[in-house]
Amino acid sequence: MASNESDLILEMKNIDMFFPGVKALKDVTFNLKKGEIHSLMGENGAGKSTLVKVLTGVYQKTNGSIRFDGEIIEPKSPKESQEMGISTVYQEVNLCSNLTVAENIFIGREPRGKFNQIDWQTMNKNAKQLLHDELGIDIDVTKVLDFYPVAMQQMIAIARAIDTKCKILILDEPTSSLSDRETERLFQIMRNLKNMGISIIFISHFLEQIYTICDRVTILRDGTYVGAYDLKELPRIQLISKMMGKEIKEDEIEAVVDKSVPEKENFIETDNVTVPGKVKDLTMNIKKGEVVGFGGLLGSGRTEIAEMLFGITEKTQGTIKVDGVEVSVKSPMDQMKNRLAFCPEDRKLAGIIGDLSVRENIILAMQAKDGMFKHMPRHKQNELADYYIDLLRIKVSDREQLIKNLSGGNQQKVIIARWLATEPNLLILDEPTRGIDVGTKTEIEGLAVRLAKEKRMSVVFISGEMGEMVRTCSRILIIRDHEKITELNGDEISTAHIMQAIAGDYHGQA
Amino acid sequence: MPKFLSDLIASPRFSFYVTGLLFIILFGIGSVSFEGFFSPQVFLNLFIDNAALIIVTVGVTFCILSGGGGIDLSVGAVVSLTCMSLAYLMRETSIGPYTSMFLVLFIGVAIGLINGFFITFFKLQPFIVTLGTMFLCRGLTAMISRDSVPIDNAVYGELAFTSLEIGDCFLSLGACIALIVVVIATIVLRYTSFGRSVYAIGGNEQSARLMGIRVDRVRLLVYVISGVCSALGGIAYSWIMLSGYTLHGLGMEMDAIASSVIGGTQLMGGVGFIPGTLLGVMIQGTILTIISFQGTLSAWWTKIVVGILLCLFIVMQALVTEHKNRLMRLNAEGSAKKAKKAK
Amino acid sequence: MDKLKQFTQSSLMLPLCALAVLLLFNAIFVDDFFTISMMENGNLYGRPIDILYRASSLIILALGMTFVIATGGIDISVGAVVAISAATCCLMLGGDISGVPEHPFIVAIIAALCAGIISGIWNGTLVAKFKIQAMVATLILMTSGRGIAQLLTDGQIITVYYTPFSYIGGNIPGVMVPTAMIIAFLMVCLVVFLDRKTSLGLMIQSVGINPTASRYAGVKVTAVLFAVYIFSGFCAGTAGLIEGSLIRAADANNAGLNMEMDAILAVTLGGTLMVGGRYYIGGTIIGAITIQTLTTTMYAVGVSSDRLPAIKAIVILLIITIQSERFKELYRNWRLKKSKEAANA
Repeated sequence: MASNESDLILEMKNIDMFFPGVKALKDVTFNLKKGEIHSLMGENGAGKSTLVKVLTGVYQKTNGSIRFDGEIIEPKSPKESQEMGISTVYQEVNLCSNLTVAENIFIGREPRGKFNQIDWQTMNKNAKQLLHDELGIDIDVTKVLDFYPVAMQQMIAIARAIDTKCKILILDEPTSSLSDRETERLFQIMRNLKNMGISIIFISHFLEQIYTICDRVTILRDGTYVGAYDLKELPRIQLISKMMGKEIKEDEIEAVVDKSVPEKENFIETDNVTVPGKVKDLTMNIKKGEVVGFGGLLGSGRTEIAEMLFGITEKTQGTIKVDGVEVSVKSPMDQMKNRLAFCPEDRKLAGIIGDLSVRENIILAMQAKDGMFKHMPRHKQNELADYYIDLLRIKVSDREQLIKNLSGGNQQKVIIARWLATEPNLLILDEPTRGIDVGTKTEIEGLAVRLAKEKRMSVVFISGEMGEMVRTCSRILIIRDHEKITELNGDEISTAHIMQAIAGDYHGQA
Repeated sequence: MPKFLSDLIASPRFSFYVTGLLFIILFGIGSVSFEGFFSPQVFLNLFIDNAALIIVTVGVTFCILSGGGGIDLSVGAVVSLTCMSLAYLMRETSIGPYTSMFLVLFIGVAIGLINGFFITFFKLQPFIVTLGTMFLCRGLTAMISRDSVPIDNAVYGELAFTSLEIGDCFLSLGACIALIVVVIATIVLRYTSFGRSVYAIGGNEQSARLMGIRVDRVRLLVYVISGVCSALGGIAYSWIMLSGYTLHGLGMEMDAIASSVIGGTQLMGGVGFIPGTLLGVMIQGTILTIISFQGTLSAWWTKIVVGILLCLFIVMQALVTEHKNRLMRLNAEGSAKKAKKAK
Repeated sequence: MDKLKQFTQSSLMLPLCALAVLLLFNAIFVDDFFTISMMENGNLYGRPIDILYRASSLIILALGMTFVIATGGIDISVGAVVAISAATCCLMLGGDISGVPEHPFIVAIIAALCAGIISGIWNGTLVAKFKIQAMVATLILMTSGRGIAQLLTDGQIITVYYTPFSYIGGNIPGVMVPTAMIIAFLMVCLVVFLDRKTSLGLMIQSVGINPTASRYAGVKVTAVLFAVYIFSGFCAGTAGLIEGSLIRAADANNAGLNMEMDAILAVTLGGTLMVGGRYYIGGTIIGAITIQTLTTTMYAVGVSSDRLPAIKAIVILLIITIQSERFKELYRNWRLKKSKEAANA
């Protein structure tokens, strides 16, 4: 490496980190120079957040060393790392919404008065000053935090972090809830901080932003270190291929499935559907027996479209037609009756019922659909559970095992089984392979294709992993900023084309 | 809706204003309806009669504020246990009244520590733990004596009748202590790190931890405070009753929780204001006073009215939250529009 | 061996052990504890019968409470609802000294049960529709419920002289077993039926464990919440009939006093966690019987009723501590350390 030792403010060497049963980080190296903006990139589950949490003392590393400002450190708690000068702004706003803006900025180090009491006047004045000077925001700092929108709260979190006289500022996806103008302002602040000699670790999914603001990038993949690069010398396509762990050639077309669309009949159509803040003016259709992909970066609105289709969020405008008939969609149950099924993205929060057995998780949706008094006799439940355990090759000790004790891949299969049991006409799979081992991944991909072909089921396949969509989908809708920008059909589908389409350089053959 | 009103509803003090207004209305109704109701002494009697409840409610409010299902059901039983211990100490031993009062405060500390330990160390539900200590204290009280034990220590009796003359009226010692406790608690919650930490962990425990607040320590201390308040409340109670009895302070925990909620404390934690709590107790007191002035209505009307008030306040809180959310959405949309214009 | 291991790890283990210890204590220290004899009028008599008889109302309340707690809620109004139900029944029957009821008995019973169900609807509306925290929502009825009961009886204790009314709390002539036990048994059957033969149990548990995922799977979360509070109200209504009949009067102040706490305790002792999720009907029943056995035992060895809570408290704190995750973790670590030491030695 060209940089000499004294340039570095932070050196993390050979970091290993175990969670019970899982190795989250393997031999990761991370170097941060003084006064640089350094991006940490990788797909979901690559270990970015874990690495940051090791640095900030939320997790304790299993192996390796951290040298900060010339000294070996072992941060044990967020407070400790904060005191050393490492400040963090987390992805979800980590402030107390019931306290005032000023308090949120100063809690734990409030200005004191004569009797060592909290000096509210000074605190409010300082907070106002700070927000004005550093961020150019003028708001009433005596108002309670939840009075302000999330974007503003994010700015306040940044203000808190800056104020702790930090040497390293970590921004973990701070821009996901910010508007363009606010992002621009944030970048201005980051440049100012950089000029003051503060080093910034910037985590973001937005390529554009990375190239605008960052100097260097460290790439992680599956908890391992891929490399650190100067962004000026790293073309975008290279960056993406390094994150995915696969070389991409311009002309590479991976035709695994039959790309021809077998039928022309629409199963579901949407016409100018809008959900405020989630889906913008969507017109699209899904045909019977096809696998449709929703392509786009994380936070582009892929999941929101799926949730709208399934009735989890209610549209305010437009129409949805199922089998050519306009339907009113108020709850998931409405769509279940229209034979839709939805495997949500966040398995733990919205998918599994952790303390219930595999059997109960499988029959849940079917039972909900049938109603309370059409109870399925136990032996039928067993049969059904066994059938799907066998069909999807779910690895369980027996059907009464609690689902929370299964691996991610098997949990996902159980959720898919839950929906297959309702015999749907449209199965929406939102990130079905996230955090799942390669073998299971291939199985789920194959399943999606088979269901479409053999059972004439329509499948919506949403994935951030483009190779996966290339392998499974016969049509891909490209989503950006909650809007559908284009569609890729049949032979057009390739990783390169998807990426170009997301970047806005490819508009399809049509 | 005019902006002023909208801002008022969204302000964190809104429920305090409503509680205040309600108190004035209730007191007004009493004053108009009954002769002799509108007198300074009737007003002061609210403090005198409810001194113990005020002190206890302050402690319970701390627990509720700290969030995580925070609640202290043991307070009524601690009141009973302290009364009984005082009676026992002064009757059966040669310990003087002042030392006795000092000693019984440690009952509160001990019960608070037990509650706090089980809640923070074993991560048990405050509801169940404090329910357990409630039974424990009631049982211990009965172990000292099953019958009512009078306190006939002369010095103690004098203390109980000590009062502060204000013009033609007076305020008992218990009421004075209650007011002092309210003032101290208000200051602690507003002007100390500990106080703000209580609000912070009640608002968002996870965030508070990431901000460097020692959550368990704060929570333990909160239950100790509640225990001490209950013991102090017990002393004030004994000044009125001048006896120890197993049924003293029965159901006081629910009165305290109800007062706290009427005073604007949200049971989810993180939102509440001690002076509001005081008003909550006084509203209950006013209802009782009105009923006693009226003469023919039974005391159980108090319970129904308190229930209705509770209901009103809880629904009001839900509506206020809704209003705030709407304001927030408007705010967000407004700023988005501005951003678009700027482009 | 495997069976034994399975049993020792099952959630019923702890409440069963507690009960067994109590029974053993009784067998040793209390004379004739297990003797059941027949009284002159043909009714069964003896300590075990007495315990079951007195535990009946508690079992009924705890059954309703189990479902509520399994959804992650709580219903602290049941004691007050017992008072309302008892008052309603007595009011309908009237206090005529000649023993002639004002309304037919069956009407009075239905009215009492309806009072319970209406209370449940009230609680359910607040919790499910208005999304108010269960504890707060039910606090309203807990505070005002006894007032309402007194409003019904006009502040008087109505004593009912109508003889069949006393059958509910006592024995129906010619039947050996106390009626309360039969009612409790029927309620247990109803609950087991709901648990086994409908999908209510599955819905309740899934809502209690993960409401978001339940909604995504199409479970009608609001309807489930509504149902459990109504059922809890119905249970309280039934218990109110028994409690009212026991003293043949409507005593708004004391009917069902502190029963909500005992019911919550029974559920907790039975292994159902306060945070919701898995529930154990069997555990709840054993829990309720354990509480009553404890009470009866203490009376038998001469502990007075007002000192009893102290012992109850120690038992509760002990059991919930053993059930806590933290304790299990500490125990595992301790075992690990022990086995390591053994290996080293």
